[in-house]
Amino acid sequence: MKPFDYRTATDMGTAVAEVSGRPDARFVAGGTNLVDHLKLGVAEPDLLVDITAVTSAAVEDRDGGLWIGAGVRNSDLAADRRVRERYPVLAQALLSGASGQLRNMATTGGNPLQRTRCVYFQDVTTPCNKRVPGSGCSAIGGYTRYHAILGASEHCVATHPSDMAVALSALDAKVHVLTPEGERSFPFVDLHRLPGEKPDQDTRLQHGDLITAIELPPSPFAQQSRYRKVRDRASYAFALVSVAAALDVADGIVRDVRIALGGVAHTPWRAYKAEQVLRGQPAEVASYRLAADAEMADARALDGIDGGNGFKIPLVTRTLVATLRDLT
Amino acid sequence: MTELLRPQAIGQDLARRDGPDKVTGTATYANETPVENPAYCHLIQADIARGRVSAVDTAEAEDVPGVIAVLTPGTSERLSSTEDKELAVLQTTDVAFRGQIVGIVIAETPEAARQAARLAAVTCSEQTHDVSLSADRVDLYKPDKVNPSFATDTSVGDVSAAMDSAAATVTETYTTAMNHNNPMEPHATTALWNDGQLTLWDSTQGVHSVRSTVAKVFGLDKGQVRVVCPYVGGGFGSKGTVHAHVVAAAMAARALPGRAMKLALTRQQMFSLVGYRTPTIQRVRLAADRDGRLSAIALDVVEQTSRIKEFAEQTAVAARMMYAAPNRATSHRLAALDVPVPSWMRAPGECPGMFGPEVAMDELAERLGIDPIEFRVRNEPARDPESGNPFSSRHLVACLRDGAERFGWADRDPRPGVRRDGDWLVGSGVASSVYPASRQAQSDATIRFADGRYAAEIGAADLGTGAWTTLAQIAADALDVPLDLVDVRIGDTDYPFASVAGGSSGTSTWGSAIVAAARAFREKYGLDPADGDEAQGQVPEYQAQERYALYAFGAQFAEVRVHADTGEIRVPRLVGVFAAGRIINPRTARSQFIGGMTMGMSMALHENSVLDPATGHVVNHDFAEYHIATCADAANIEAYWVDESDPHVNPMGSKGVGEIGIVGTAAAIANAAYHATGVRVRDLPVTLDKLLPGLD
Amino acid sequence: MPEITVRANGHARRVAVDTRSTLLDVLREQLGDTSPKKGCDHGQCGACTVLLSGRRVLSCLTLAVSCDDAEVTTAAGVSHAVQQAFVDHDAFQCGYCTPGQICSAVGMLDEFADGWPSHVTPDLTAAPELTDDEMAERMSGNLCRCGAYANIVPALRQAAGGPG
Ligand SMILES: Cc1cc2nc3c(=O)[nH]c(=O)nc-3n(C[C@H](O)[C@H](O)[C@H](O)COP(=O)(O)OP(=O)(O)OC[C@H]3O[C@@H](n4cnc5c(N)ncnc54)[C@H](O)[C@@H]3O)c2cc1C
Ligand code: SF4
Ligand code: FES
Ligand code: FES
Repeated sequence: MKPFDYRTATDMGTAVAEVSGRPDARFVAGGTNLVDHLKLGVAEPDLLVDITAVTSAAVEDRDGGLWIGAGVRNSDLAADRRVRERYPVLAQALLSGASGQLRNMATTGGNPLQRTRCVYFQDVTTPCNKRVPGSGCSAIGGYTRYHAILGASEHCVATHPSDMAVALSALDAKVHVLTPEGERSFPFVDLHRLPGEKPDQDTRLQHGDLITAIELPPSPFAQQSRYRKVRDRASYAFALVSVAAALDVADGIVRDVRIALGGVAHTPWRAYKAEQVLRGQPAEVASYRLAADAEMADARALDGIDGGNGFKIPLVTRTLVATLRDLT
Repeated sequence: MTELLRPQAIGQDLARRDGPDKVTGTATYANETPVENPAYCHLIQADIARGRVSAVDTAEAEDVPGVIAVLTPGTSERLSSTEDKELAVLQTTDVAFRGQIVGIVIAETPEAARQAARLAAVTCSEQTHDVSLSADRVDLYKPDKVNPSFATDTSVGDVSAAMDSAAATVTETYTTAMNHNNPMEPHATTALWNDGQLTLWDSTQGVHSVRSTVAKVFGLDKGQVRVVCPYVGGGFGSKGTVHAHVVAAAMAARALPGRAMKLALTRQQMFSLVGYRTPTIQRVRLAADRDGRLSAIALDVVEQTSRIKEFAEQTAVAARMMYAAPNRATSHRLAALDVPVPSWMRAPGECPGMFGPEVAMDELAERLGIDPIEFRVRNEPARDPESGNPFSSRHLVACLRDGAERFGWADRDPRPGVRRDGDWLVGSGVASSVYPASRQAQSDATIRFADGRYAAEIGAADLGTGAWTTLAQIAADALDVPLDLVDVRIGDTDYPFASVAGGSSGTSTWGSAIVAAARAFREKYGLDPADGDEAQGQVPEYQAQERYALYAFGAQFAEVRVHADTGEIRVPRLVGVFAAGRIINPRTARSQFIGGMTMGMSMALHENSVLDPATGHVVNHDFAEYHIATCADAANIEAYWVDESDPHVNPMGSKGVGEIGIVGTAAAIANAAYHATGVRVRDLPVTLDKLLPGLD
Repeated sequence: MPEITVRANGHARRVAVDTRSTLLDVLREQLGDTSPKKGCDHGQCGACTVLLSGRRVLSCLTLAVSCDDAEVTTAAGVSHAVQQAFVDHDAFQCGYCTPGQICSAVGMLDEFADGWPSHVTPDLTAAPELTDDEMAERMSGNLCRCGAYANIVPALRQAAGGPG
């Protein structure tokens, strides 16, 4: 680990100025991802600006929705009555992630910004385009069990590991950001980007942009939502695949639907195609299957040692169908 | 026959003596020994799997504030013995596996040591490596023997002829994955070289074996080396032999006399430096007549070893003695690869070797239309098929019957894939367990008396097995005194020689030595000793070995649920019944059984070290990627035992309990997964991707 | 090196820390409290669990420098029924995961008392019940390689006041 300076931020504006002014400075919130990366040598900052004291730790009712401060811990958010009642998909996603201890540390701002769990990304002795642009991708032809089936590029096939982010994608959440130029907000689904030629960039944030809050819009049917995570052990494991879904059914017909997938792409994957196919269709398994197939039409399995990841394609289909069926 | 102790303290359900220290965290492990002004070591490792180190540029590393020294192949001391190539640390520039130690940084703080290790520039000339195990490699070879000294191949009768004429047969290939022991406490050594004396606080299963190995490597007298280890944070075999980091720590200490060196491996480093269970490829052939009488058992095993040191896991030995089949054949073939040295892992041999055959038994039982328990019962041998000797005791059938009763096997519908509870497909499975009741040839103990209390001293190790408590129970009964008058002193070469805690032989061996010492003590001093009285004893010769087949047995029952949509697999219930001689302490023995079963479940469902043929190393080298069972996976495991007291094994009548719990578990679970789904998975671990294609 | 005040188990201590040092390393190497264990150093095992301002957290992923003035409780400073329950039920073997299990259990029982749900809570809007499944899920961030889980759950049941 390289030595670094550490400062406790005094306010958000100063924090943004400090980090944006220094290319190797970083924010630290819960530290559960960043401190891990410091030890692995994956991140080598020269300054850490601790933002836990200045980002809001409050969940507030705003305009019929919820406004979640970036400093709210994952455990507090999952325990929040309003989240449990009005956005169960989010509470479930949070509770399916990591462990009790980690959720007590992890923050609303840090969670969506955690980086891929690709084993090669985390191992500085192996080539990885995300860590060292241009060095190559060790995962292609390697261990791909946790890797992408959608939206990957020849430069990177990693997946985004967050559960919370999948739920937020399905909920049409908004991200509030403080930049050196001022405040800005945009849809959560635009936060992450596909790897393309620049897999080193996970998101569309600029260096020094600070997430200040996540906003959940009011939703008449988020109450009818569910998060289903499929993993290799019963707890304390990242998703192989996951499905976040909210379903609005009237008279046996799908009036509206939101679907996002986890463990399948470089971003939480909003399943627009499946949603499109479903609207107006009978709320039954046959429709769900068509929707899943539509979304999976573009899926590409990766070969690799230990069997590759082709199993994920049917797994997503089956999990998506089951999740929608259970919501009906 | 030995004279059995009258059990008074033995058999009592007692809390661990070290319990209070463990629940407050005050028990001290190797890296926690309070030492004055320690320095910290961090290892530099090769990032190629085969080749040669051409240069190590340490300039940048040495510039890190706080760095004291960087040892490299060019600057380190020459060892006295390099016979064991795994331990020949920094003696050659050859790289035999990825992760090999190529340098040691010594610094004032752990942070500085780690940073410097990262900055040391190692230049290598790389050669093409080969880490891929397969059964059709042309360079497979036949080792002279398999561990520790079994015949490599055996053949009795004519398996092929029996296969040709049988009513039903199974010929299948099964595989077990590469597994890493991963004790919770990372291997660690604190070393101090002072006035020609080396002290090692090492996390080990055997202080005396560390002493003799290290003395030999450095050309020291055994008397110059002291090894201390009161508590071990688990080992499961990986701490049963000295690995390279121990030598590295001692080297660092000798480079800086008078300064204590702390070296703790990282979790990641444990995937290349402290051994693992070889993956195995098992070709099983079984043949039986219509009544379910086996006519043939054959097991041909392919597994790996390293290029620098042979380790031949005795995977096929259990198949030689388990069932009464007149025609039997077994073989072991090795591939020597550019991989780290495999080593001992809980129930080496039996654990992997009871996977293929016990699944094959299930397959054959189904083919014959016979209940799998009944099938096993019908093939109970009257004597050890291998040696022809009688079993000193063999209660496999009792375990199967008792387990069936407890588990609720009676109404089992044998058809696969027909039970459903909500979203879950439900099934059950059974398998047998076996483990030798062994005893080591050498161990000594001393009994001392002072201030009205007795102390039993022996350099034994308690790696969670309960030795602190069970040895006191044995000493109390051997001395015929109340338990609370007996102290136990273990984990230090200053105490009499003790064998390694391994092969489930610890309690049997050390207990026998303690009994001998106690009997000598009573002989010498009678019932009324004086302060300062002491007597020694040693483990007697294991004569029963010549005349009897000595084994513990067991039966494991698993309920498995497979999610009908996702293929997720859960084991809501696991029941094991064992016949392992007299149980010295039910509480700690039960923990050993359920601990083994939990690890067996973990092996069945999760554990899989993924060796990337391109990079040459295990890429999922941490606890986030190498899954072991969590509490949510393994909260409901029951272990029972049948009454058994075997007068041939030792004066306690006990057999080992540490390893048998992991034997057969994976087969029981795979068999239950089949019963739940109709999908036969023959390759461990049983993961959802292997079940999915067979689900509707 | 920055100086911080660590309030560990009720004792305030002033220490100079490397910004890179984790709370785990400072407790173990500088403050001489080796009850929090290092099983993985990457948040993957739970052996280093301590209570920070009463909440269970992983000390291996907590930078010490961020703990100025914070209240830290390690297993050495815990005095709770769960400890005797662990001894009674033999809820450990080697003991290396145990101090982390103890701190985690204390935190977990508090979280439960506060009505927090878990991944296995059937109805998120109702108050959870402390079933075996609930306890097992909530303790899954603490790996035990010795495989004591089947004893840990009954121990927790006893500590929580249920049938042991
Ligand atoms: C063993 C283990 C298992 C896990 N399992 C899961 C799992 O199953 N599911 C899951 O979803 N997650 C899992 N996690 C990941 C965990 O949820 C994340 O590490 C955590 O959410 C990150 O939040 P943090 O506050 O700790 O972020 P930090 O580590 O503090 O920061 C992460 C990154 O975000 C940046 N950052 C933080 N806050 C802000 C902000 N407000 N604005 C701008 N940048 C910011 C930091 O600079 C850093 O680059 C696991 C982690 C571990 C160690
Ligand atoms: S998949 Fe992406 S993160 Fe993984 S090795 Fe390839 S480039 Fe790196
Ligand atoms: S040491 Fe902190 S979680 Fe493993
Ligand atoms: S008691 Fe050994 S790891 Fe839990």
